[in-house]
Amino acid sequence: MSRGTLIDLLYLFSAITFLLALKGLGSPKRARLGNAVAALGMLVAIGATFFHQNAHGQGLRHVGLIVLGMVIGVIVAVPAARLVQMTAMPQLVAIFNGVGGGAAALVSITEFVKIHSTHPATYVVLEVLLGVLIGTVSFSGSTIAFAKLQELMTGRPITYPAQQFINAIVGLGALALIITILVSSSTVLLWVLLAVAFVLGVIFVLPIGGADVPVLISLLNSFTGLAVAASGFTLGNNLLIVAGTLVGASGILLTRMMSKAMGRSLANVLFSAFGSVSATSASAEGVEGRTVRSGSPEDVGVLLAYANKVVIIPGYGLAVAQAQHVLRELAEELASRSIEVFYAIHPVAGRMPGHMNVLLAEANVPYESLIEMDEANQELLTADVALVVGANDTVNPAAQNDPASPIYGMPIINAAAAANVVFLKRSMRPGFAGIENELLYDPKTVLVFGDAKDTLTKLLAAVKAS
Amino acid sequence: MGNALLQYATVFVLSIFVGIEVVSKVPSILHTPLMSGSNAIHGVILVGSMLVLGSASTTTAEILGFLAVILSTLNVVGGFVVTDRMLEMFRSKTPAKKKADEDPS
Repeated sequence: MSRGTLIDLLYLFSAITFLLALKGLGSPKRARLGNAVAALGMLVAIGATFFHQNAHGQGLRHVGLIVLGMVIGVIVAVPAARLVQMTAMPQLVAIFNGVGGGAAALVSITEFVKIHSTHPATYVVLEVLLGVLIGTVSFSGSTIAFAKLQELMTGRPITYPAQQFINAIVGLGALALIITILVSSSTVLLWVLLAVAFVLGVIFVLPIGGADVPVLISLLNSFTGLAVAASGFTLGNNLLIVAGTLVGASGILLTRMMSKAMGRSLANVLFSAFGSVSATSASAEGVEGRTVRSGSPEDVGVLLAYANKVVIIPGYGLAVAQAQHVLRELAEELASRSIEVFYAIHPVAGRMPGHMNVLLAEANVPYESLIEMDEANQELLTADVALVVGANDTVNPAAQNDPASPIYGMPIINAAAAANVVFLKRSMRPGFAGIENELLYDPKTVLVFGDAKDTLTKLLAAVKAS
Repeated sequence: MGNALLQYATVFVLSIFVGIEVVSKVPSILHTPLMSGSNAIHGVILVGSMLVLGSASTTTAEILGFLAVILSTLNVVGGFVVTDRMLEMFRSKTPAKKKADEDPS
């Protein structure tokens, strides 16, 4: 067996491990093993690549430089991935995705610079250009997404006059450049394309509001996969094509599932500059003249202690306050008084689908007590208390009642169905999507203001005392 | 168009279907780890970066290839570590009893 065949076989092995990993992610029990299997496959692929020989039987050059680059990457990536707070996970995924897209673009560019003097076939050039375009858009787009989530810049949609028109012009400009390069095979224009693609990624992401950024990250993740597949075509490497395409296809499916969970189409998420007009002014004036009922932790503690069924609806505010552990203690205390306790998880609670599950799992909440939206809405019909901790948009009845609301149509957890609704809130500020919540003014709603961790600690004490 | 292109196109098209098929069964609670896990998998671009740097013969190619190796290593290593950290938390039966001992009631 020749060396090339053996390497290809090892690549096949890696491709299979990637598939098994994606399959393993279908169950919480096998997911971690699946991830480890994929990591093993990746190691095998990288190891095999060190023995690569080109058509003239020459081995890999610059091996020292390759190893140095890897060492630098590992030194930066491992601490970043290990030390970052769980709440910052979405932006971490965004940035790791972005650098992947950047790497794919660089691979395509480098290959083009190398082969362009040999007058490659048109389809080869097209593969390169697509790799550069998609990879770069993913890189710059992910960087902006990171900045939005990390709050280095405003999470609100950034809009300017004739935005869609200008964006369309830039997009068409990129296409025109691709056609020109295909005809002229110019390397200079390739650098222009790189710059245009970079701008395109930025302006594509600017009008997308903070609450929608996770959907966007999923889409950009898919883009990076496709850019990797394009590089695979250019380099003639099946492993890159398989792995890149798997990610590209699954990413688009995941993106669709995520926007569906918000009751909106993907196009609406991407192009509507959602939440840019409502919010701040509305909340300032909307509150005026209306009263909310606020209660002390002691009152609410008694309410909870004598309930039969409590449904906890956690939101991102819970995670920001780092209050997951106290919440779990409260839930356990209630459960020990034979009160039925559920955690109702909205599909987009937190900042990514499943993000809340991860955050609660971190606090040792058994995932069996987490229930999804449909089941939660059944339980809420007979619940005595709906305890909303740091959530807002996901329980906003406007999504069902008010066709004018920007979130109209989004499935919600119907907290209003419970006999009592308790909101733990830091302030009257509207949620991430920036929309006023009518439920706050409902007569059966009690608000407890304050830091979620603080309030929960007091609640726990109050429950224990009663 | 050569035979090679046709072969790659075949692999590409089949991978699309396999990708959709495999992922369509993932429950929503695992969507975040799935996104992160697939993020790690496209880090396989490291193989491409190695090949490109390993065949670089000009300074430009060396610099670009070197950058590509660094970036893709970040992607692959960061991706797997983050995913593992997330999944670490999905333990099946959690010892929820330990708190019951200090329960005053």
